[in-house]
Formats: sequence, structure tokens, C-alpha cells
Amino acid sequence: MSHAVAGKNYLNESSGLWSWLTTLDHKRIGIMYFVSVMFFFLIGGIMALLLRLELFSSNAQEGISFLSSLPNVIKGDANPADLYNRIMTYHGAIMVFMVIVPGIPAILGNFFLPLQIGAKDVAFPRLNLLSWYCLMAGAIMAFATLFLNKVDTGWTFYTPYSIRTGASVVLMVLAVFIMGMSSILTGLNFIVTVHKLRCPGMTMYRIPLFVWALYSTAIIQVLATPILAITLLLLAMERVFGIGIFDPKLGGDPVLFQHFFWFYSHPAVYIMILPAMGVISELMTTFTKKTIFGYTAIAYSSLGIAAVSFFVWGHHLFVSGQSEVAGIVFSFLTMLVGVPTAIKMFNWLATMYRGSIEFTAPMLYALGFLFLFAIGGVTGIMLAVVPVDVHFHDTYFVVAHFHYVMVGGTLMSIMGGFYYWFPKMFGKMYNMTMAIWSWVFIFIGFNVTFFPQFILGAKGMPRRYFDYIPEYEQLNRISTIGSWLIATGFVIGLIAMIRAITKGEKAPDNPWGGKTLEWTTSTPPPHDNFTNEPTVTAGPYEYK
Amino acid sequence: MALWMFLNQALAGAFMPEQGTQIAKEVDNLYGFLLVVSFISCAILIGGMIYFAIKYKRKSQSDKTPYITHDTRLEILWSVIPLIIFLVVFAWGWTIYHDMRAMPENALEIHVTGKQWAWTVEYKNGVKSTDLVVPVNKDIKIILASEDVIHSFYVPSFRIKQDAVPGRYTTLWFRAEKMGEFYAFCTEFCGTNHSGMVARVKVVTQEEFDKWLVDESEIGLLPLAQRGAKYFQTRACASCHNVDNAAVKVGPSLFKKFGTEGVFGDGSVSKFDENYVRQSILEPQAKIVKGFPKPSPMPSYQGQLSESELSALIEYIKGLK
Repeated sequence: MSHAVAGKNYLNESSGLWSWLTTLDHKRIGIMYFVSVMFFFLIGGIMALLLRLELFSSNAQEGISFLSSLPNVIKGDANPADLYNRIMTYHGAIMVFMVIVPGIPAILGNFFLPLQIGAKDVAFPRLNLLSWYCLMAGAIMAFATLFLNKVDTGWTFYTPYSIRTGASVVLMVLAVFIMGMSSILTGLNFIVTVHKLRCPGMTMYRIPLFVWALYSTAIIQVLATPILAITLLLLAMERVFGIGIFDPKLGGDPVLFQHFFWFYSHPAVYIMILPAMGVISELMTTFTKKTIFGYTAIAYSSLGIAAVSFFVWGHHLFVSGQSEVAGIVFSFLTMLVGVPTAIKMFNWLATMYRGSIEFTAPMLYALGFLFLFAIGGVTGIMLAVVPVDVHFHDTYFVVAHFHYVMVGGTLMSIMGGFYYWFPKMFGKMYNMTMAIWSWVFIFIGFNVTFFPQFILGAKGMPRRYFDYIPEYEQLNRISTIGSWLIATGFVIGLIAMIRAITKGEKAPDNPWGGKTLEWTTSTPPPHDNFTNEPTVTAGPYEYK
Repeated sequence: MALWMFLNQALAGAFMPEQGTQIAKEVDNLYGFLLVVSFISCAILIGGMIYFAIKYKRKSQSDKTPYITHDTRLEILWSVIPLIIFLVVFAWGWTIYHDMRAMPENALEIHVTGKQWAWTVEYKNGVKSTDLVVPVNKDIKIILASEDVIHSFYVPSFRIKQDAVPGRYTTLWFRAEKMGEFYAFCTEFCGTNHSGMVARVKVVTQEEFDKWLVDESEIGLLPLAQRGAKYFQTRACASCHNVDNAAVKVGPSLFKKFGTEGVFGDGSVSKFDENYVRQSILEPQAKIVKGFPKPSPMPSYQGQLSESELSALIEYIKGLK
């Protein structure tokens, strides 16, 4: 397709920090999300490494603790157990609310949803910018708690512990409340954009599967996030005014908080994984050079997951004292989520059949996703079986399971998506060998880190433990060594990206032979995305 | 079938703690089944992926691929087969869960109370202990409560777990079939020393159990310092304070402290005497030793100790030399 005004694209059509901070261009907002989420990921990642270092030794036996050996500037006057609990809390809260939830929708979704449906921008560009500022405001508040008395509740804020511990919990939940606003606004924007701004010929059954996934996600974001907002507001009011909703001393019910919290946070798990699945569909079709197998099945399974996800929250409460009947019902409903997930997995596998498979870095991430998500998925079914969950609940088995799903699933797919769309976003190519080596370290390191945790959990090691009995030490050591491999992989990846941006070769408009609309425009795209509004006459993956 | 039995034993035995109850065996059977089915599913998915990846590796940029959009029979197949498997394990799980939750009649009832950061076990005759001592082959019903935040009582070897929720009672039951000592962990995050909230479950013969119960109930006849030593354990003081060396646990060590000068965070100094110990137990926030966080994580024991128990504790701390 013809290029816009020669040499002008969304990156260089205006310059200066101010032009970025006030931009209404969905692509620039996407890049701003990219930079901020990468920063949060770095902080959350360093915290993860610290946690693993502490768990390297069963210090009860040897009398050593990594965290207590840190300089006073970092640890303050906290004892190492408190320090561990705080780092554990911030690692979870940062990774969930500031990395995984906004990750794909806000970065890749913002950038590519309008491009993939042939639109100039999202429906409400100002709202889009506001949602970035909401995330930033929330992030600043969340980091501010680091300078007050630090939060040590875990990212779940369970009452009544969260009512009694340090007062900065109020600031922290308000931060999450505001970040939730960001999520709602993004979701709202996407729903309207998909309904209203599709280019001529782009029917609902011609939109790429990434857009279908973002659309399903947006529905959950808009419907579920307000529940979290209300819950956290109630928690803040409970702390400030002592109104007695959750505090048993005032006649409240602490388990009610868990119901409220998971009524959001379980659907939120699908806010995290559905867009990831969307990215995988794109990668699978491009790098097998073959049309997607079961477009309708994949699209509807996204909606199916979104719908059922609202009725499974009770599986987080199997041992919290809910009735036996409730346990059985939630177990049954949880099983149902497994079906659309299995459908997706098999459809991707079928897409590979008789394809022409190219092993680029993004495709390796997609294959890595399939590998890790299969393990995450089957262990999820184990946890849905109530008596098995009674044993595994709140042990490292659960930690391993959700890391396989959230990191093995979502993070692998974020990385795959970055490497896939990086040339389009920045107009530069990265060094493929480095990117592949980065994948090798991350993939192997991930399994070395988290597979032993399944065994630890089966053996009964509880999660959120600063210290553990000596018989768990060997597996914990392996796990910690794995975390260094992951870190090495990310450092290599970061170097590859920085080198690409600073001195990478210019990327062609369509380096992978992709069929979706974003590959038809110039690289990097012009301010208005397309020089002439595209018209669509066929489905998204026409490899004929 | 023989292969199945072998796989089941090999898999379940390798990764799970020893089986202390009948329920544990049932859970492990189901878990073994899940492992085998999971392994097969992963082998199909991952194996298929690797096979296709090698077989259909791109030969040249001009490769042509067939245009296959969908196959309704396949879609139905890979929806229905997983669904059937899910329903089977769901129903199997249901039956075991039912056994887990059906409280046996005539069980020996024991109260277990969670408190930051120790478990207190109370028997009907008034004996208090930090360890759960139970007779073998007898139905035991645990009535759980919490004094502060949510805790969770977990015995891996028995495959049982239940949250202890403040403001209500929850229950669980087990019938230990193996003698010996087992760990009981707290599995709901409860603050600073959450990972130190570990109790022992001691399964003994009925005779040993009866004798232990009588011995413990005669604690009131012991000398003051020895009683203090008992309370120091059962009131969870020991989970945060060392008594035989000067190392800091969560709180300051009490070894060789009595009679010395205490220096506090605000710079003031006070003698480590009877009244100081008394105040520190009843109002832990009043004087915080220099170098320790303020507010102190120590809970107040106001209203929870009798004068006689306080005296016993002070007498015990006096003797730590």
C-alpha cells in the first residue's frame, strides 16, 4: 500500500515529551503503556528474585537469611520475615494489577486493535489517554506505600488481617481501585470500537481472533472490575470508619470479603489469559502460513470462557468454611471452563497440521505457550476436584499452577506478541539469534523454577512461607537456580530490544507474511494508520 | 489393570507425603488417576505439537498450505471427550469430598484455636497443648476457631485442611491409622511469623494417650518455674522468643535478661524486673526494645492469663540462665 507523507509516521510526526504526554494517538498510548509496564515488570521481577534467594536455604536449620543480610538502607528496621511478606505482597500486586492485567490489552490491544479492524483510532481517544493516567496515578500511590508502613497482606488483601495490619493498606487498595478504573475505561473503549469503527466489509466474522479475544476480555473488564472497586472501597471504609462489614469483632463476616474479592478476581484470571490466547491465534496462523483451524470455535470459546468465568469464584473457597453443596457446585462449574480451553488448544494444534512452520522467536513463544499452558491447564483441573484441592489449596502446587498459567501462558504470549509486532511498532528489526537465545533461557528457566514447585506443593509445603522445614530444601534450591536462568533470558531479550531500537535494521512493512490489516500499512504506521481506508472482502487469515 | 495399579502407586507415592489416614489413600488414588490422564493429555498435545513442528517445518518461503477452515466432527470430539473426563473426575471427587465432610458420630472432640502465631489445642478435661496428641484408629473431630485473623489448619499426611475463621466455628475430622509424628502447618497467610506457625500431630496408642492426658492435667501441682515453662510453650511465647541463646527470633531473646538493664526505642532505660515482664506481656506496645519495630507485632495477653499463670511465667523467665 502506498506510503503516507514521505518519511512521516506516528513516531516522528511530532516530538518532545509534551507531545507524548498529551497524545490521543492509540499507538503512542500503546507505547507509553509499553514503557511503564516494562518498568513495573522489572521491579516485580527483581522482587521475585529476592524471594527466591531467601528461599534458597531452609534458614531455620542453618541460621541464615538472605534478606537479613541486606544493607539497612533497603530493609529498614524490619525483621526478615516481615520483609519477606512485604516483598511477596508487592511482587504479587505489581505483577497482577500493573503487569499482567494491563499487559496485553493496554499495550498490544491499544496499538493493534484499531489497526486490525481498519480503524483510525479507538472510539474514545481522550478516554484512552485518561486510562493511562489512571494506571500511572494508581502506580504512584502503590509505590508511595513503600515509603509509609509497607503493605504485607498478600495481593489478596484478606480480611481481617488487612483490617489490622499497617494503615497503608488503605492507600494500596485505593491505588488498585484507580488502576481498576483504568481497566474499565480500556474495556469500554474496546467494546465500542469493535462495534462502531470496523472498516467497510469487516463483519464480526472477519475480525481477527486477537480482536475477538480482546472483545471478550473487555466484557469481563467492564462487568467484573466494578465489583473489585466496591469491595476495596468497602475495605477502606471498614478501616477508616469501622463500619463492620468484614470485621468479625464488629459482627462482620471476613469470608464475605473472599466472596467479593474472587467474584472479581476469578474473572480477572480470564482478563489475563484471554488476550494471551488471542495473540497465540495470530502467531499460530502467521508462522504456519495457514488459515486458522476453527475460527468460529475459537471465537465462541472466548465468549464461553468469559461467561462461565463469572460462576466459578467459589473454587477459591473450598476450605474456607463454605457449605459442602457450594463446594460441589463450584467444582462442577469449574470443570465446564476446561472445555472451551481444551477446544482452543486442540484448534491451535490442528492449525499446525500440514502447515509451513517457521521457527522465529515469536513462534517459539507460541509453542512454549502451548507446552506450558497444557501443564497449567491439566493441573487446573486437578485443583478443581474438591478433595484433591483440599490437600493442594494454599500450597506451592497452587503457586506452580498459576505461574504456569500466568507466566507460562500470559507472559509467554506477551513476549511472543512483542517479538511479532515489534517491527511494526518501532520500524526496526531485532537480532533473531539473540531473541531465540533469550527464549531458550526463559523457557528452560521457567520449567526449572516452577516444575519443582508442583512437587513441593504435593509434599505439602504451604505458600507464603518465609521459612520451611529442611526436607523441602533441595527442591527449593533447584527452583531458585531456575529463577536466575529466567533473569538471564530477560536480560538477553532486553539487550536485543535496546539494540534493535538504537541500531536495528529498518523493518519491512510485512516481515512475516501476515494477512491481517496491520501488515498492509507502512512501517511504522502513519498517524491515521492507513492512507486510504481499507475495504475487506474476505476473512482474516486467507492463506490460499 | 496391573499397569494402572503400578503407575498409580509409583506416581502417587513419589510425590505425596505418607498416607496417615484412609481418606489420604482415597485422595491419592484419585490424584494418581488425574496424573495419568493429565500425562496422556499433555503427551497428545505437546507430543503432537513437537511432531507437527518437526514434520511441517518450513522448507521454503513459497510453501503452499492446504486451506482447512474447520471440521465439525473433530470439534465435537475434542469437546465431548474432555467433558466426559471432567465429569468423571468431578463425580469421583464428590464422593470423596462427601466422606471428608461427613462428621462421624461419637468422635473424640478436640478444640483447636489459631492465634498469631501458634495453635492451641484444648481437650475436654481442660488440658492445653501446642501439639495435637491423638489416639490411633479413633475418629477425631476438630472444632476450629481463631482469636484474631484467618488461619488454616493443614496436616499434609492426613490430606485435611480447613480455615479457622474468627467469629465462627469450622470443623474437620480424621482417623489416624499410622502412629508417629506429623506436621500441621498454617496455610492461610496470617502475618509476620506465619511460616513459624507449625504444630506437631502426635499419633499414639490409646493407653499412651490416656496417660498423657492425666499427666498434663496435673500440671497445677508442678513447681512455679516448671509450670511457667509449660505456659511459655502453650501460650506461644516460644514461637517468637529464644530462651537458650541470645539470638533474635521475631522478638528479643529472653536468655539471661532478667535483672539486666533494658534500653528502649525512645532512649529510656528500665530494669528488667517482675513488673517490666508483667507489663510487656499485658501491654506489649508500652516499652519496645531498641532496634525492634514499632508497633510491635506481639499481641496483648491482657485478660488471657491469670495472676498465677503470670507469676509462673515470670518465675520461668527469671530462671533462664
